[in-house]
Amino acid sequence: MSRKPLKRPAAKPAVRLVQLRYLAHARSGDKGDSANVGLIALDPAHYPLLVKEVTRARVQRHFRGMVREVDRFELPNLNALNFLLHGALDGGGTISLKTDAQGKVYSTALLRMEIPVPVAVARKVAASR
Amino acid sequence: MTDRVVRVAAGQGFWGDWPEAPVRQVQGGPIDYLMMDYLAEVTMSIMQKQKSRDPKLGYARDFVPLMERILPDIVRRGIRVTSNAGGVNPRACADAVREVARRLGLSGKLRIALVTGDDLLPRIDELLQQGHPLTDMDTGRPLADIRDKVLSANAYLGMAPMVEALRQGAHVVITGRVTDTGLTLGPLFHEFGWSPEDWDKVAAGTVAGHIIECGAQSSGGNLLRDWRKVKGLENPGFPIVEASADGSFVVTKHPGTGGVVNLASVTEQLVYEMGDPNTYITPDGIADFTSIQLRAAGKDRVRVSGIRGRPRTDMLKVSIAYFYGYKAVGTLVYSWPEAYDKARAADRILRARLKDLGLEFEQILTEYVGVDATHGALSGPPSPDIPEVQLRIGVRARDKAPVERFTREIAPLVLTGPPSVTGFAGGRPEVQEVVAYWPALIDRRMVEPHVRVEVLDV
Repeated sequence: MSRKPLKRPAAKPAVRLVQLRYLAHARSGDKGDSANVGLIALDPAHYPLLVKEVTRARVQRHFRGMVREVDRFELPNLNALNFLLHGALDGGGTISLKTDAQGKVYSTALLRMEIPVPVAVARKVAASR
Repeated sequence: MTDRVVRVAAGQGFWGDWPEAPVRQVQGGPIDYLMMDYLAEVTMSIMQKQKSRDPKLGYARDFVPLMERILPDIVRRGIRVTSNAGGVNPRACADAVREVARRLGLSGKLRIALVTGDDLLPRIDELLQQGHPLTDMDTGRPLADIRDKVLSANAYLGMAPMVEALRQGAHVVITGRVTDTGLTLGPLFHEFGWSPEDWDKVAAGTVAGHIIECGAQSSGGNLLRDWRKVKGLENPGFPIVEASADGSFVVTKHPGTGGVVNLASVTEQLVYEMGDPNTYITPDGIADFTSIQLRAAGKDRVRVSGIRGRPRTDMLKVSIAYFYGYKAVGTLVYSWPEAYDKARAADRILRARLKDLGLEFEQILTEYVGVDATHGALSGPPSPDIPEVQLRIGVRARDKAPVERFTREIAPLVLTGPPSVTGFAGGRPEVQEVVAYWPALIDRRMVEPHVRVEVLDV
């Protein structure tokens, strides 16, 4: 089993940075020139962490230069967040020249993001992967 | 009576989906309805173009040979079919299916319904004159700006004509631009006799339709979570909704098929193409996706319940397609060593040549497949030892001439640019027409009186 060493930010010793791919799964699609990403907690116990850490502002920063504006919606019943990434598709639909003109893989692009999580959670996630 | 279930099976998730799926849905176990969704946003404009060349075309032509394969089984098993394969010419589609049914000796055993009235193209000027601006919902521009470029205009119809066709005994219902979800809502409202103003039932049927309208995408296809554990995708089971009279339903698939139906597969499909989850708008009502309750209910079974809805709006969405311009995409593959640097050098050279020729484009987009095409700058720098990189350059212009000229500038790079390049066997890139999408709203009273249901005996 391969375990990547987890980075420890100096200022906050009680947390570690974990990439979202180890905390959530996702699917994305298009709505005109916007992509949507549905982000779903792998473990329902970690959904509150996603709500707290995967904020609209942080997602907007993650995708800077790629999207114009971000909206976030909560679906606690599905342990999911839905993000609308406006202006993500270079015109969208048939106009876009992008390989991913329909925003199909913005899902995995969001999963690259790292969020701070309590050390205990980081250990648990590392053990289960 | 109360524990009766109605089984609606998905046969196609889009025009061009797996051709075997509907056959296996019909033969693989009990189903009551087969729903087949064919229409995406710009599909109607392609069909309109086909119809303008031949008045007998303008629908999803593959629907006809497909029906030829399954009609005998459908009649024998009492299965009914709902599909928007009719495109901009449901009548021609219904006629073609009727011909096939006659050839199969099904005369007197089959009734085919067609639904019309969604096509607003012949009425556009009249509607504009009457003060319906058909403003672009995304940009706020009035349709008058592009009136002369409009290729197709169709209102999204809800379930009402579908329910009426089924009431009149149709076995196969062929429509134009009926919503994807309407293809599932129609059968449920017909079977259970629900009131169209029972908004929670409308929302429940809408969610059921949303879950199965993309075919296997809710039963293990394109599933990210634990994707290695999804077995048997050689023979993917397409999803089936087993609906109950109380509005709850189970999502499942036929036994012995591959793929998986579980909480993850259903949840990933629920969030697909989602906007504001509190307000999922269809012509039939508004569904609240934050009310959906999922429960694992055995192997390949997920129970869905608790769905709440709100009343429908006074407006219908209109899908308008218009001619925008031209585009082309050229690719070349550069190999190790220094593959990425070679590809970037080629891009610089090509752009300089295009500029030197005085060609004007609305956009030139360069992507490096293997480096940044899917995740852009988030990918980080590639390995200096990257084995190969595909240079992918796209251009778009309102006029054809610069795009045409661009397509002649790709192959010359092979002998006049950076070395170790290959992968140009396809020859010159193709110049493609760009047909763009213009979403608008219209007062439903301008459309609904024009909707007609006709039932034809075979």
